[in-house]
Amino acid sequence: MTFFLQNVVNALQWGSFYGLIALGYSMVYSILMLFNFAHGDIFMTGSYIGVGVATGLVALARTGALVLPNWIILVLTILISMFLTALLGIAVERVAYRPLREAPRASAAITGLMVGIILETGNLILLGAQRVKFPSLIEPASYEVAGVFVTNKKILIVGLSLALMLLLHLFVKRTKWGMAMRAMAFDYAVVPLQGVPLNRVTVLTFAIGSALAAVAGIFFGIAYPVLDPNMGILFGWKAFVAAILGGRGSILGACLAGFLLGFIEVFVATIFPSTLRDLIAYSLILLILVFRPHGFFGEAYSAQLRL
Amino acid sequence: MKRFLIVVVGSCFFWSAALAADVIKIGIDASMTGDKSKVGEGTRYAAQLWLEDIQKAGGLAVGGKKVPVQLAIEDSESKAESAVKAATKLITEDGVLFIVGPQASVEAVPAGEVANNLATPLISPWSTNPNATLNRPFVFRACFLDPFQGPVVAGFVSKHYKFKKAAVLYDVASDYPKGLAENFKAAWEKKNGPGSVVAYESFTTNDKDFSSQLTKVIRSGADFLFTPQYYAEVPLIVQQAHELGFKKPIVGSDSWGSAELTKLCGKDCNGLMFSTHYAAAGAKGKTKEFIDRYNAKYGYVPDDVAALTWDALGLVQTAIQNCGKLSGNIKADRKCVRDGMSRIKQFDGITGKMNFSKGNDPEKCAVIVKISDKGEFEFFDSICPEGPAKT
Repeated sequence: MTFFLQNVVNALQWGSFYGLIALGYSMVYSILMLFNFAHGDIFMTGSYIGVGVATGLVALARTGALVLPNWIILVLTILISMFLTALLGIAVERVAYRPLREAPRASAAITGLMVGIILETGNLILLGAQRVKFPSLIEPASYEVAGVFVTNKKILIVGLSLALMLLLHLFVKRTKWGMAMRAMAFDYAVVPLQGVPLNRVTVLTFAIGSALAAVAGIFFGIAYPVLDPNMGILFGWKAFVAAILGGRGSILGACLAGFLLGFIEVFVATIFPSTLRDLIAYSLILLILVFRPHGFFGEAYSAQLRL
Repeated sequence: MKRFLIVVVGSCFFWSAALAADVIKIGIDASMTGDKSKVGEGTRYAAQLWLEDIQKAGGLAVGGKKVPVQLAIEDSESKAESAVKAATKLITEDGVLFIVGPQASVEAVPAGEVANNLATPLISPWSTNPNATLNRPFVFRACFLDPFQGPVVAGFVSKHYKFKKAAVLYDVASDYPKGLAENFKAAWEKKNGPGSVVAYESFTTNDKDFSSQLTKVIRSGADFLFTPQYYAEVPLIVQQAHELGFKKPIVGSDSWGSAELTKLCGKDCNGLMFSTHYAAAGAKGKTKEFIDRYNAKYGYVPDDVAALTWDALGLVQTAIQNCGKLSGNIKADRKCVRDGMSRIKQFDGITGKMNFSKGNDPEKCAVIVKISDKGEFEFFDSICPEGPAKT
């Protein structure tokens, strides 16, 4: 039983990352029918921005100019990185996707991949190839509850991830901008004719998605403090799977699918030889998609798909 | 006209080959970028130090003549396919006499194949996987083999800790960890009986989360964990194990021995031990001389890759001198240098004495290193093969 619970705890942390990144994929896909394949690398860049901001703040606190306890540094790091990464997301949309809005969707998908490669290699050129260590802002503490080990990092990561997902859900369901997003997801061509500003909604979507990716990046740095420029690729693919599995246009679906992916990966590795993890995990997901091709919460989309 | 062109082009080749005798080109195939970039950096720095010595001496003395030496450096990007590409380019375009590298087995095994097929001698300073040199007369190495290292670790742990139950965590998609994990398992089970490796867990390259594997390791009740991984993965494995409440020793292999390890791992890795090629802290004689020179020039203590590269270049130098005379025909020269290499029986390097009596792989001693509280790699124990290589 403790073994099972320990794995549940592990899976919750792992699923949080997939969930947070999948949200960005899912939102852009819902509204623009566009797979933002650069999203995994925006997550990576967000993590590196987090390293930069945190290192700067730690250095500032050392000089004694400002009294900054570690938790304030952490909060500031998250907020500043969210802001900067959101700007990056907006810039990517402006430069790479907006000029291609009328082009076939395949062109936009390819452009996304290229933007991803530019971010990876740009990072390589800028920072060199060695691994970067994420500064430790949280003094690690481990609690044992009935044989299950929980760290303060895990609690923070899972808790804040869930809170952010809930906030986003409320934003989309309760606010006017959220309503505009949902309307746009419903019909991308007609809704702008009713006076909904297409460009502003798009910018907002990219900003929110990228900011969430930045949070995921910082959490990732806290949990797995060795960063490399290629870490976003695999995460991008898997979060993309989660976004599809969750169903188009569903915040709840993307989060749930992210956690489901985390659980499947962890438990497959627990039950079967760990070598077969991805093979079995993704065969399972394939099977789910055979029976639910639109994912868990996706509505069947009747209009012609443009991808 | 066509024939004329062929003659012109052909004579160009001829002339360039003839000119090549005026300079010796040594190819360096190492991972300057990617997840093993620190390995490539150590390789390059050691090679540049060696080149400095050669240049100071006015060239490499071959057959009574001093020939200038050039390095051709190619990036293997820490990937097998790029290592092969780099080796091919060094051989066919740069016309190198000898290739040093690649370092990691995952790159050295396929690159060695190319070098052997194209009849160009290659020496991998750091690749411990047997397949790198197996049935390849043109491929050499400067380090011991995994079938030796596996039993070394198994023997050391049984002797020092008197443990009975082992757990292994390794990357199944990489030649070196996979080979070493298998060798360790075989050696451990030979000592402690079948079933004494109570957890044998794996993951694939680029994985970051090992929590499910480590949870299984903890449940298995193993006395310690052996993880033959590279320095970028070790900190994640060690930290996650500690977070999951694993307080038993974690033991590693020579891939741990990078200057980056303690930087990335912090105090989590202090007190852990691994088997390797040499211990920098407390070194003496020419080993210390090399360490001091390297440290003065590049600002950090060289890791085992740099020391082994230095020895590999010493071997290359001896092989060229054994050949005696370079004709300028690159193909014949490569063959001649290869034969010169196989005439080396004993070599006294900075990583210990090497005995090449059994072919292209040296027999030499392994060192057990302990990571001190200051994060330095301290000598703990030395384990030698039985036979003539004893020092």
